[in-house]
This record gives sequence, C-alpha cells and structure tokens, in this order.
Amino acid sequence: MSHALTTETKEKPGPSPKAKAALSEGKKAERRLGLLLCAPAILVMAAVAGWPIIYSVWLSLQRFDLKFPDRVEFVGLDNYVTVLSNSYWWNAMWITIVITVVSVLIELVLGMALALIMHRTLVGRGIVRTSSLIPYGIVTVVAAFSWRYAWTPGTGYLAEIVAGGEPVLTEKIPAVMVVILAEIWKTTPFMALLLMAGLALVPDDLLKAAAMDGANAWQRFIKVMVPVMKPAILVALLFRTLDAFRIFDNLFVLTGGSQGTSSVSMITYNNLIKGLNLGIGSTMSVLIFIAVAIIAFIFIKLFGTAAPGSDNGRR
Amino acid sequence: MAGVGGAETTGRKARWTVLNILVVVYALFPVLWIVSLSFKSKATLADGNFIPREWTLDNYAAIFSTTEFVRALVNSIGIALIATAIAVVFGTMAAYAIARLDFPGKRFLVGVSLLIAMFPQISLISPLFQIERSLGLFDTWPGLILPYITFALPLAIYTLSAFFREIPWELEKAAKMDGATPGQAFRRVIAPLAAPGVFTTAILVFIFCWNDFLFAISLTSTENSRTVPVALSFFTGSSQFEDPTGSIAAAAVVITIPIILFVLFFQRRIVAGLTSGAVKG
Repeated sequence: MSHALTTETKEKPGPSPKAKAALSEGKKAERRLGLLLCAPAILVMAAVAGWPIIYSVWLSLQRFDLKFPDRVEFVGLDNYVTVLSNSYWWNAMWITIVITVVSVLIELVLGMALALIMHRTLVGRGIVRTSSLIPYGIVTVVAAFSWRYAWTPGTGYLAEIVAGGEPVLTEKIPAVMVVILAEIWKTTPFMALLLMAGLALVPDDLLKAAAMDGANAWQRFIKVMVPVMKPAILVALLFRTLDAFRIFDNLFVLTGGSQGTSSVSMITYNNLIKGLNLGIGSTMSVLIFIAVAIIAFIFIKLFGTAAPGSDNGRR
Repeated sequence: MAGVGGAETTGRKARWTVLNILVVVYALFPVLWIVSLSFKSKATLADGNFIPREWTLDNYAAIFSTTEFVRALVNSIGIALIATAIAVVFGTMAAYAIARLDFPGKRFLVGVSLLIAMFPQISLISPLFQIERSLGLFDTWPGLILPYITFALPLAIYTLSAFFREIPWELEKAAKMDGATPGQAFRRVIAPLAAPGVFTTAILVFIFCWNDFLFAISLTSTENSRTVPVALSFFTGSSQFEDPTGSIAAAAVVITIPIILFVLFFQRRIVAGLTSGAVKG
C-alpha cells in the first residue's frame, strides 16, 4: 500500500523529461486521459466515503433518534458530552485497546516465525504457504463460529480439554482471551506475508558475511534482518493495528458484546442499528475516526521517514 | 551455511518438516472442526468429539431446502461478483494513470485511497444507513455493492500499480511510435500484459467482498440482499427448540469452498498480490 506514494515520487524523474520534450498537445492529452481514467474511482470514493463522513459529523451534532423522528434538533456538542462521560463507551474503548495491543504484539512474534518458516523451509514450501493462506481467506464469521462451538461446553473439544467444561465465553476475561485467540489465528498469516516481503529484501550475502564474522542466528536476526525489514515491519504493524482496532465480526459471533466485552465498533453498531439512535451512533463514529487518525499519526511520527507513504527508507 | 554434511541435512529436513506440520495443523484445525460439525448427525452434534461418530448429509440437505440460505447464497455471489468486476475495472484505470501518466491531482488521489484503506468502516455505517434509507438503496444489492467498491478500490489500486510497474513499458513506447494514441496503447498493448495482475487483484477483492460482515448486517434487513455471513448469524433452526449448530456449520462450509479453491489453485498469485501490494516500495 505504501508503494503507491513512493511510486509517484519515484516516477517523477522518469516521465517528466520525456514530457518536457514532448509536444504540449501530447502532454495535454496525457493529463486529460489521466483524469478521465481516475474519474470513476474518485467519484465513487467521494460519494460513498467522502460525503458520508462529512454528513456523519453533521448528524453527530443533532439529537436524532429514529424512534422519535419528529424530535430532531441541533444540540451542538451535547452528544459528545453524553458519549465521553459514559462508562460503557470507555469500557468498550479499553476492551478495544487491550484486544488490539495484545493481538498485534503476539501476531508480530508468531508472524515473524511463520514468515521465516515460509521463507526458508527446505521442504513443502507450497503446502505451508497454501495452508497458511486459509486463515487469511476464510470468512471471519465462519472462523468465529468454529471457535464458538469449540469453546461451547458439551459441543466443543476445547471446552473439555482446556477449560474443563467451563463456559468460557460467558465470563469477561476468558471471553476476551478467546476473542484475541480468534483474531490471532485469523490474521497472523497476513502479518507473515507482509513480513515475508520484507525478508525477501534481505541480501543473502549480508547474512553469510555476518555468519563468517561469527554472528549467531539471533544476532544475525536482530542486527542484519530486522534493520533491513524495518519498513515492512512498520507497514505490517500499522495495517494490523488499524484493522484490529475496528474488530467487530469476531466479537459479534463469539460474545455478542455481552459481559462488557463490546468493542467500540460493536457499541456503535448497537446504538445505531439496534437502538436506532443516529445522533449518538454518529458521534461514536466520529470519535472512532479520530482515534484511528491519532493511531496513524503516532505511527508516522514515531517512525518518521520509514512510515508508509514516505518515499525514503525503502530499497 | 556452506559445507553441511549429509546427516546434518537430514536433521534439518526433519526439523523443517516438524515445523511445517505445526503450521499446517495450526491453519487447518478450526476449519476441519467446522467441517466435522457439519457432517455430524443431530444425535451426535453435542458429543464434543473432534471426528463425527455418525456421518450424515442432513445438515446440507436442510440448508439447501430453505430460501433463507439459498437466497443469501445468491445474494453473496451476485453482490461479490458485481462489486469485484466494477472495482477491478475502475481500479485498473486509476492504477494505470497513477503508474504511467502525469496529471494534476495524482498525489491527492493516492492520499485519499490511503485514507480510505485505513478508514474504520464503522464510521461510515451511520451516515450510509441514513443516506441509503432516504435514497431507497437500503436493503438492496446496489446498497451493498457501492460500499464494497469503495473499500475495494484502494486495495485494487495499490495491488495493480505494483503489478503495472513490472510491465515492460518500452512496448508501450513502441506502440506509440507506431502511431497509437495513449488510449490505444493502453487497450492493445498494456491491458493483455496486465491481465495476470488484474486477475490476482480480482481474487483479493472478491475475498474482501465475500468476507464482509459489518456492512452486510447494517445495511440489509431482509432476504432481499442479506449475504451468507449475515444469514448465518441469524439462523435459528426450523423450530425454536431446535439447535441451529448443524445448519450453521453446513452453511459455513459452503461459503468456505470458494476460498479453499482460490487458495489451492492461485496460492502463488495471492501471495504475490498481497506482498507486492503492501511492501515492495
């Protein structure tokens, strides 16, 4: 995803001398064609993402309950006060942060291991890659049901072996752990694929030279591979963090948000679709949007030029 | 790593084999479990055994006899195919322009795509819910196809522009020398070369649409446009005393089949698409 910006800046020296040399008529045609080719994509994204996000800011400033459609009125920031002083909201935010941080960190470790296995294995590379794509591709709801039944006492194998017949999904902390487990299972292969692309950039000669100089496997990994892979690691972390932050499907199927296990997406959905409260729902939408923007901003600040979207720090 | 003895090679092979088996088991366990559930008979469904004691096709027969599931399957296939087709066509056009042409607003388009890719989908649910209800798009196919295209476009644009950079562009120049316009050069020369990349992107986009749950559960309300993941979560069994586990498992297996087929036949392409689209800068 990061390369698009990179591409653009990198291409610049390419076409421009040619364009300068070309007739202005040809350049005009090129501009027109460029805009024309992008127009449908721009129109769809503007209409289905751009306009609605502005509209949701507007909705968030109103008292707008679809159960009482004649009582719509502009209330300024009242909804924000209501949401931000609500303990359910903060509980959901807390749960979301815990799920995000724990699952992304474990995925990073497991994903790195899986990437190394996929990259270096001597036997059966095709089988390993094929099977690890299954968690990535499988419908999240399907995987979530598989986990749910596995942990259901009586029906499931895990409930008996691991939990000793206890209903783990009806208690807050075990339920959150099961949700994290389901997240990790589903998305580790994706993490591994992103990291594997970084691994492919590590020159073999460099590793051999390090080995000659007496570096052991761990030193080679930390001192040689990780620095080269840094951009790939950052992209993978950013993607997975933002993705984990919007967790919904797994929670919906596994706990339904009961016992205080709702994520922010879940609580927004409940207010909006079940509670039909457009004002509060939109306020939560805007707050989640801001939270995601902050996360992205922190990543880019923290990692500076190596962050996705910048043109330095790769190749 | 040079000069490894024969015995050591065997040892390393054995170690890799063990690791590989671990990975395969990790990946397949939950899938095999849901498959196993779907083949269990009513009496043995709740016995907690990993392998069915009694095999039956009853669960499959049951779901295919309900309109609830069949209609959802038709919706899922139709909506995902249409959204994929449109997203890939629009994405191809935009990616070509971004990779090859110089025009104002290019930076802006790339920035916006990046933004949408990182966008929390839930933030769009409330405005879209209201907008679609007032436009009559709520609970219709276009009502789902539109958001799918929107969120698939960044994916399509990034993956495709990565593939487009690998294409030998001298051929395009040659075509232009021979008098082709940029448009003709695109259609006649580049499009056929780009086909494998386009196909890979189509698979990734299809998986994305096929997978979606949040839009599908929020922007539909009836069998009209409800997709399988949503229908699954609403399965209740034919009477209120009946446990829907078997039906859910069978339906889950049915919608996993296309994913398994993609992965089996296009493993290389999917890996190439995901990795090139994401990191190689």
